[in-house]
Amino acid sequence: MIKRAKGFYETFDRKDGSRTTTFCAGCGHGIVHKLIGEAMADLGLQDRTVFVSPVGCAAFCYYYFDCGNVAAPHGRASAVATGLSRVLKDKVVIAYQGDGDLGAIGFNNAFQAANRGERFACFFINNSLFAMTGGQMAPTTMLGQKTTTTPFGRDAARAGYPLRVSEILAQLEAPVYIERVSVADTKRIMQAKKAVKKALEIQRDGKGYAFVEVLSPCPTNWRMDPLKAAEFVTQEMERTFPLGCFRDRSAEGPVKPMPIEVRDLLDLLHASEGGIDPRPDPAFKEKHFKFSGFGGQGVLSLGLVVAESAGKAGRYVSWFPSYGPEQRGGAASASVVMGGKEIGSPAVDTPDVLVAMNQPSLEKFLPTVAKNGTVLYEESIPLRPAAPQGVVALPFPAMRIAEEAGTPKAANTAFLGAMMELRLRDIPEAQVLEALDASFAEKPALVERNRKVYAAARAWAREHLA
Amino acid sequence: MRKFVKGNEAVVIGALYAGCDVYFGYPITPASEIAHGAAELFPQMGKEFLQAECETGSINMIYGAASAGKLAMTASSGPGISLMQEGISYLAGAQLPAVIVNVMRTGPGLGNIGPEQGDYNQAVKGGGHGNYKSMVLAPGSVQEMCDLTMKAFALAVKYRNPVVVLADAVLGQMMESLQLPSAVAPAPDTSSWSVRGDAETRKNLITSIYLDPDRHEVHNQLLQEKYERMKAEASAESYRTEDADIVLTGYGSSARIARTAVDRLRADGVKAGLFRPITLSPFPTLQLNRALKDRKVLVVEMSNGQYREDVLLHLECRCRSDVRLVNRMGGNMVKVEDVLNAARSMMEARR
Repeated sequence: MIKRAKGFYETFDRKDGSRTTTFCAGCGHGIVHKLIGEAMADLGLQDRTVFVSPVGCAAFCYYYFDCGNVAAPHGRASAVATGLSRVLKDKVVIAYQGDGDLGAIGFNNAFQAANRGERFACFFINNSLFAMTGGQMAPTTMLGQKTTTTPFGRDAARAGYPLRVSEILAQLEAPVYIERVSVADTKRIMQAKKAVKKALEIQRDGKGYAFVEVLSPCPTNWRMDPLKAAEFVTQEMERTFPLGCFRDRSAEGPVKPMPIEVRDLLDLLHASEGGIDPRPDPAFKEKHFKFSGFGGQGVLSLGLVVAESAGKAGRYVSWFPSYGPEQRGGAASASVVMGGKEIGSPAVDTPDVLVAMNQPSLEKFLPTVAKNGTVLYEESIPLRPAAPQGVVALPFPAMRIAEEAGTPKAANTAFLGAMMELRLRDIPEAQVLEALDASFAEKPALVERNRKVYAAARAWAREHLA
Repeated sequence: MRKFVKGNEAVVIGALYAGCDVYFGYPITPASEIAHGAAELFPQMGKEFLQAECETGSINMIYGAASAGKLAMTASSGPGISLMQEGISYLAGAQLPAVIVNVMRTGPGLGNIGPEQGDYNQAVKGGGHGNYKSMVLAPGSVQEMCDLTMKAFALAVKYRNPVVVLADAVLGQMMESLQLPSAVAPAPDTSSWSVRGDAETRKNLITSIYLDPDRHEVHNQLLQEKYERMKAEASAESYRTEDADIVLTGYGSSARIARTAVDRLRADGVKAGLFRPITLSPFPTLQLNRALKDRKVLVVEMSNGQYREDVLLHLECRCRSDVRLVNRMGGNMVKVEDVLNAARSMMEARR
């Protein structure tokens, strides 16, 4: 039973209105609770604190602690505390977790939070087993220790070794403070009190992550009386889990994040570039384009320039790419649909216009081209499959034209010039060039070079294709 | 103001206009562009972005941020969303607002990164444990990827409930012109229930635990009453259904394919229409019955018929064998031609 202590509610109304706790006689949780409550009150933090309860014997921290309270899912108190501290600047966040909760199911969340140096204090109660669920083995169970799931004693060959969480976290750069303490006797409790207070001072000052591991007796599941249990902590547990401070950088200032300039939303979205509202045009027959080739040939961006220019000209338009692993060296394709009303399916199964920049894509998509459709394909493709009846297939030396114009990588832009010359789309050239230039907004040097390829391609197409 | 963007980028834009405070996420194709956009834009708006260690981490960080009364979101796809189910149940139990975007890929298991709609039941029926419901919104365009994400935050706060934006890989990856929202939504007042580490909210508690069965039953009943109230938010779109003999129905990108099929059927003289649910939970039962009553019904979806089951469940009348399914799975989209063939064969069978 806890004596009236600072930082606690007057009566435990969320429990039953009494002033008794849920803890067994001789359990360490009550002592740790008292130390945290005292430190929180002494430092004047109750109006600044959010306390995250775990799942386990300490699930009901919110019965007792007089501050803001959040009950976390099992194992996730460190993740929940991360979420809280990320949005509550200048507040104090406390996570309280047992050794099953933190050491087993939630270890990665706790470990990664420590590694990021999240701003919260984590109190880790190590009583060497899962207590609430009936005394099962925890990661912290010692070799040879009997629990309900290690009835013959923990055997390293079957169940591994006890996890020394403080030592593991001490490998990380970010934590400000890591200490292992015990509540087995008065002398040790005094040391624990200092550690708890320091962890909360670090939070008060916004310095970063603090971790206090507390060796804590569990007479009920150890099947010992409270005195024997306290002895077990000092004589057995402390041999596996030596007490001590593993890290203390509390005298240093907090690590400052790199400043990022805050901007206006519209400015951020480059919304001034704008675009015009699409115009309903019932007479316009929907047109379907497929752009295809190797990943890296720029087929997706060719499709995008075509789509964007159609949008700038007031058409409804959609662009849909192949994506994922395909974009890393395999086949790439983009479907573009433009129309006089809202676009239905963005996928193009039967293109009116196919641009094929390599052989596999020509072979794959040529048979799908719509009757009266047009195919433009790279002239250097050695094998030329027969076009379906009614389909016009035109070889076009895009790579040669781009190379001769001085930008071999701009074969995609050459195709754009040929498409314009062939009037495959009823879009004014001004919009096309605007979209083309915009696609190189981040590489201004390429704007003129692509314009040159475009003009050369248009000229070639005028002479040979039109 | 307009901008030509990917569906996934539109989600980030919608979130910013909704006043979302923090994004927690973990990479996964085909949803990753949402994290990319949030990573770039959130810090420049003075908001938080954090790449979590796993999806379990993301959803529990959301639980923490939402406990503080802040607007928090994540986005993922199939496997990642599965990992979040416990957390979504906790959010529902603790009555916390949150927005979870699922850009559906294929399953079960790892599947592939192609589009599918196989997470319908998980989202709509509650993929986690317990008597809860998420709200589920189903965008059908890049515009709705933005608008419904924005709406999702408003609904999440209004009902203090998780809201799932159930998109798919096609909607996430495709680009269309987006009309930007007119203004950023004002921050909601959450002081009556949130825990912000101040004197005003010191008395508040966020929890889903009620040890006493009677007390917990009351909690459950209150949740069910809330889900009843949420039914008022049901919405759907009906396209050319007034005089239709056959109504195609589907959501998300499948509805777009159905819409193209409707226009082609109409051009051929077949009186076809489209019914598209915009909210999947609450299900638009009234609207569905109005649009589908006494009509032939063809369900178009990229799953094994999960949405069709709900159509059957919510349809009040008629011989159930008339509700047919045309579907694809595994990352294949339904082809317009397949829809046309299925619809024509249904119409011929009538003669």
